Amino acid sequence: MTLLTQGHAVTEEARNRRFGPLYSRNARAVIGRGLMATKSSNWMVMLSGFFEPVLFLISMGVGMGAVVGSVAGPGGQEISYAAYIAPALLAVSAMNGAVYDSTWNVFFKMNFAKLYQGMLYTSLGPLDVAIGEIFLALLRGLLYATGFTAVMGLMGLITTPWALLMIPASVLIAFGFASFGMGITSFMKTFQQMDWVNFIMLPMFLFSATFYPLSVYPEYIQWLIQAMPLWHGVELLRQISAASFTPATAIHVGYYLVMIVLGLMLTTGRLRSLFLK
Amino acid sequence: MPANETGPERDKEPAAPRYVITAENLTKTYGDVTAVDGISFSVPAGESFGLLGPNGAGKSTTMKMIGGVSQRTSGNLTIMGLDPEQNGPEVRAHLGVVPQQDNLDEELKVRDNLLVYGRYFGLPMSYLKPKADELLEFAQLTDKAKSKVDALSGGMKRRLTIARSLINEPRILLLDEPTTGLDPQARHILWDRLFRLKEQGVTLILTTHYMDEAEQLCDRLIVVDKGRIMAEGSPAALIRDYSTREVLELRFGSERNASIGAELEGIGERLETLPDRVLIYTHDGEAALEEVSARGLRPLTSLVRRSSLEDVFLRLTGRSLVD
Repeated sequence: MTLLTQGHAVTEEARNRRFGPLYSRNARAVIGRGLMATKSSNWMVMLSGFFEPVLFLISMGVGMGAVVGSVAGPGGQEISYAAYIAPALLAVSAMNGAVYDSTWNVFFKMNFAKLYQGMLYTSLGPLDVAIGEIFLALLRGLLYATGFTAVMGLMGLITTPWALLMIPASVLIAFGFASFGMGITSFMKTFQQMDWVNFIMLPMFLFSATFYPLSVYPEYIQWLIQAMPLWHGVELLRQISAASFTPATAIHVGYYLVMIVLGLMLTTGRLRSLFLK
Repeated sequence: MPANETGPERDKEPAAPRYVITAENLTKTYGDVTAVDGISFSVPAGESFGLLGPNGAGKSTTMKMIGGVSQRTSGNLTIMGLDPEQNGPEVRAHLGVVPQQDNLDEELKVRDNLLVYGRYFGLPMSYLKPKADELLEFAQLTDKAKSKVDALSGGMKRRLTIARSLINEPRILLLDEPTTGLDPQARHILWDRLFRLKEQGVTLILTTHYMDEAEQLCDRLIVVDKGRIMAEGSPAALIRDYSTREVLELRFGSERNASIGAELEGIGERLETLPDRVLIYTHDGEAALEEVSARGLRPLTSLVRRSSLEDVFLRLTGRSLVD
């Protein structure tokens, strides 16, 4: 038997790479693992995440739309009700995809599959794991957003080429939710605690000016909604869909950039204290 | 093959440190609990080094500190000349780790587990594919390559975990209770595999609470209890220093075991009374047994055996290893 523990130049090379204390520039290995695992499972869950907003768009947009008629769009122009809620639903689907991947999936991998424990016994650092997992969440967000945008196109709800920018903007939204979601999940110990995630997500979905404008609320509620991340996503995509850009567009984008940075710091710090204690 | 080319090469390397692991006054506390209480040891390259002790002795905590996944409270620790806390990923690039509980990737198939794990070390697929097949062969899992991890028995999972830990050709292999929970046959297969690794010059660091495992696999070991080192040496030397050559085990039934001590006084060198049996330490077990009969004592069962590390542990701590 000629096994094994010395002699291959590549293993020496791999040992002599440059490493940081938290990062070994190998997040792609975590991504590769995620893709391989997805190939063999998870397809139904992935599909259901895509269909949910599509079903909402059909029932609310087409059904309710027949009753509501047309409404005022972001630039004040008249648009169909379906065209009004479609970008909002896209923002919701970006959020859902990212949150599912970064909360339930991460919770399971952390507490039951002991996946991260195994990863951190290799030359991976916690930042490699965080970046890899978040990237996977974004990839899912990208797929959902692309699919949903295609559905919008088929339903005749896309009227400007600018609307294609909704796809990268959805990825930005997903990034914000995923980086935070993973950090928050690291505090969760039981399934009951995981239900709190739904407890926050559902009201955010229903009340973030998704189905009607913010102006229906009294002012203090408006402030509350505007502090929430989903509202910024809804507004951002709604503006893009109508190619109606204002200084507020930059604020929405900035909100997510800050969310991403804070989320990554939180997640890396938490992974470090959880697994390198 | 590579082994032949590199064997003599390695001896010429002057830069290699003499000790691959050095621990000085290593201490770990969790709140009020001191899990590891100032232990010191050094392990030279190629040695098979054991940490023997009961559950809760601080063995796993020590292993985690070596792997850089647990931070020490005080003391010094260097692995391949590096501090695992400052250079976690770099230190772990040299290690293969077999944790106490298998943490195989259940979402991946058997062979994919090896490939993906190798990717975590930054290794290319062109190296990993033949390597994975080689390791499956080593772990006797070739025909399970495409199975799901779920479908494997406990022993197979353990072997896969060990195969996985070898994917990066580690200099040091950390094995935390490698055979706990396995049936005797599975244990023997595993010991055989580990012995082959040892023959190939891999440094093995092994924790166990099985004395037979320690005797089979360890060149040298430390006996650990309550976070402290009680004794250090080769299995044979420890037995020589802390026990007699043979042991006579007598069972008089649970009621009489405790009271029989006085009647056995003077037989052998030392007497140890346990709840279920009485142990007489002596150089000649048969002679001691004759003496017992001569005193008119009739044990229910009697057994003469060689001293083991279990006896060393009993002597050092007054308790048995496996409760």
